[in-house]
Amino acid sequence: MDTSSVTAEGSACISERQNSILTTGKSKSSIHCADDSLAGSVSQRACVFCGARVVLNPVTDAAHLVHGPIGCATYTWDIRGSLSSGSEMYRNSFSTDMKERDVVFGGEKKLATCIDEIMGKYNPPAIFVYSTCVSGMIGDDIIAVCKAASERHATDIIPVESSGFLSGNKVVGYRAAAIALMQLIKPREGDTVKKTWKLNFLGEYNLGGEKWVVERYLREIGIEINVAFTGDSTVAALKQAPGAYLNLVQCTGSMHWVAMSLEQEFGTPYLDVNFFGAANTAESLRKIAQFYGDAGMIRRTEALIEHEQARIQPVLQKYRKKLAGKRAAIYVGGAFKAVAIIRQLKELGMEIVLTGTQTGKKEEYDNLSTLLDPGTIIIDDANPAELEKFLLEKNVDVMAGGVKERVLAYKLGIGFVDHNHDRKDGLAGFDGAVRFAREVYVTTCTPVWSQLKATGRRG
Amino acid sequence: METVATPKVKQVNENQCQQCMPLGGVVVFKGVENAMVLVHGSQGCSTYMRLTNVEHYNEPVDIASSALNEKQAIYGGEVNLHKALDNVIRVYGPKVIGIMTTCLTETMGEDLERLVATYRQNRGITTIDIIPVATLSYSGSQTEGFWAATRQLVVYYAKPAERHNGINVIIPHISPADIREIKRIFDLFGLEYTMLPDYSMTLDRPYGGRYQKIPPGGTSTQDIARMSGARATIQFGLTCPDNLSPGLLLEQEHSVPLHNLPLPIGLQNMDRLIATLEKLSGRSLPDILERERGWLLDGMADSHKFNADGRPIVYGEPELVYAFSSICVENGATPVVIASGTKSTRLTGLLATLLADADEQPVILEETDFAAIDDAGFLAEANIAVGHSGGKFLTEHRGIPVIRVGFPIHDRTGGQRVLSAGYTGTLAFLDRFTNALLETKYESYRELRKEEMGIREGA
Repeated sequence: MDTSSVTAEGSACISERQNSILTTGKSKSSIHCADDSLAGSVSQRACVFCGARVVLNPVTDAAHLVHGPIGCATYTWDIRGSLSSGSEMYRNSFSTDMKERDVVFGGEKKLATCIDEIMGKYNPPAIFVYSTCVSGMIGDDIIAVCKAASERHATDIIPVESSGFLSGNKVVGYRAAAIALMQLIKPREGDTVKKTWKLNFLGEYNLGGEKWVVERYLREIGIEINVAFTGDSTVAALKQAPGAYLNLVQCTGSMHWVAMSLEQEFGTPYLDVNFFGAANTAESLRKIAQFYGDAGMIRRTEALIEHEQARIQPVLQKYRKKLAGKRAAIYVGGAFKAVAIIRQLKELGMEIVLTGTQTGKKEEYDNLSTLLDPGTIIIDDANPAELEKFLLEKNVDVMAGGVKERVLAYKLGIGFVDHNHDRKDGLAGFDGAVRFAREVYVTTCTPVWSQLKATGRRG
Repeated sequence: METVATPKVKQVNENQCQQCMPLGGVVVFKGVENAMVLVHGSQGCSTYMRLTNVEHYNEPVDIASSALNEKQAIYGGEVNLHKALDNVIRVYGPKVIGIMTTCLTETMGEDLERLVATYRQNRGITTIDIIPVATLSYSGSQTEGFWAATRQLVVYYAKPAERHNGINVIIPHISPADIREIKRIFDLFGLEYTMLPDYSMTLDRPYGGRYQKIPPGGTSTQDIARMSGARATIQFGLTCPDNLSPGLLLEQEHSVPLHNLPLPIGLQNMDRLIATLEKLSGRSLPDILERERGWLLDGMADSHKFNADGRPIVYGEPELVYAFSSICVENGATPVVIASGTKSTRLTGLLATLLADADEQPVILEETDFAAIDDAGFLAEANIAVGHSGGKFLTEHRGIPVIRVGFPIHDRTGGQRVLSAGYTGTLAFLDRFTNALLETKYESYRELRKEEMGIREGA
């Protein structure tokens, strides 16, 4: 490669990434995805450890101990906007703070001491112990340390094998978390959990209180949530998971494997649901009522949907008037979220011109393209240079995505909707749909953009 | 107060007060003209650092990664590193590439000097400077990373040069607003100077003009090369260890006299800078700065009684901790707890001198965490805190307001615009500090007086 002839501007697209970008209707080939990130490309992805921690962190009364140098714990402290109705233990970040001598001589002893200190000070019902790049690299046996500590304290000390270098794809971390959860809820030998009519809600993290919103609907139609994985859950409640009649699965990236394992181990069937957007919420509630097959429940569900829709549709129509024809881009973590956002934006009369995810799978991308108009750009594991290029080319008015994309959008004078782990406002259910529409409206139609355009960034 | 908290020696770190070492290096390279940064390690590291920087600076902060996975962790990261460099050069077209090592690559024992030399040779690169910096997080925090990267830039560029009349100005991690204020002060004295690093325009871009992947601004490499011929260095690095001190290196290797000063935050610290500038420039205090000094003194008089009620906790990076402790002390609000997540060889000694006449000695914590800071603050009846967003629990758990300074500030807007340097910045900080005390006072004094006197309604 003749690097000296590279222009100062460079080129947005790296040739090896060509197969990770396609245009709907133009190409018969399928997208390249679920690969490792390309070296040197500024990926928006995090790491295996991060994937594991976001799934487990909402377990409210557990302590979360990161076995590694300080940074891994610093960057994931209080990482999600998950709310708790009780314990706030999960909002702390414990680290073994590995130093040079631990790297040289091994960190197992320090890990054991740290577990003892946490037990001594807080006595939590469980500790999740996460491995990181360094502890994995030097070969610390966290499984053995956790096993010994579990016996010593008669408590669940659960290892999470999440060394960052295992993959750049968070999905691998979701699996590590899933394995840890299965270990936690497995009944002790001889114990059984009594079956109930309640349901588990998998892939629900109670961001901005979203689990509580769905819980209210379910209660109204006559069903109780047994436990959510993992929003506002406790260790004791999770251990009751085998007693559920049904598992709902919301976030596909992180929880399908758990649902399948629960079906295998305890015979609990599962349903895919989606509570983002009014249409999705109504559809999901109907599916659940149908599953239980109770006539009264089905009637109550229809009544609920009717009065909620009657309440929110006039408000949504108001926003639709303002937003119809605006051009939107979506770049989020997983395909589940992308699909939910596409549906809602289309309901608001908007045109989707660009979409993509950090961790989508092939089937999910195939499904995505069926929802989109021809000419839409689909992109896997996008880098900022690519996002910038397409945001400008496609003349986008508003983008939905994570924190890192927000500032790029603003620099380009484009509106931005926060649809990330860290958000403080719930977007689920009927009221969530209104809140979502309002956020899209305020950021797309703010008077600020016209003043910025007068200065001329986008020329 | 009689009780003085003795920090318990514990292994576990509970709620981190520091960031990791490569993060400091990343910020330095963002302050070099036409530079891009590459983090040699697993994908997560670069994403975390991007997120932290984006949330603080509210700017796109692109950081590439060599995205190592399990195979490379075992067999070596050379191929990935080279590919990463290819892609960074192609997309960003930088003149300078800083490579930060990580815990993973340090544990693997990657020899960066050799890997970079091979790369340059294989690709025949002559016009791009590739500068590796060892930033192993298990032996330092972002503070050491910042100094190490700055020093490495001097080592790389500063070769014996002709003597000239310019001054070197070397800064620790402060806000772009502070950098601009310090530059204004040097300009007012008519001095010619090179500031290293200078991210005042790269990490705080005014809106307007075309969006560029590498924002314009930053110290030019030609200017860094000329630092060895300067007539003096002013380094705001009282706490900088000798082995990482760029100013000391310039003094020892190139005979540039070093004036190692505290940050010009606080009246007395700013006076020290002014005295040095008067000597170097042969000019006396410019009128405008004299007026600003007068306004500061006037403000100090106006608020001294309110400030006397302050019992502050000051925490963060050593250099900032010293500067903000100085403001507190000179305004009669002696800190009750002074803490840093970083281990400093100098801080405690400097504080002992600063606090020699204090009525009450503060608890000083180094290499500490927020659990220890919280305990010490509670025992010492702290009622206000000064530091970064990590101290949010002080407010949530204890109702102690946190005056946000330093890095990161992710739960308030405008981290990049926080001004505390110079007489003007000092007064801006002091007003924020005093007003936080007043807010608490006005909220509570009626009830407190009633409680004290046992006054009940109708009684």
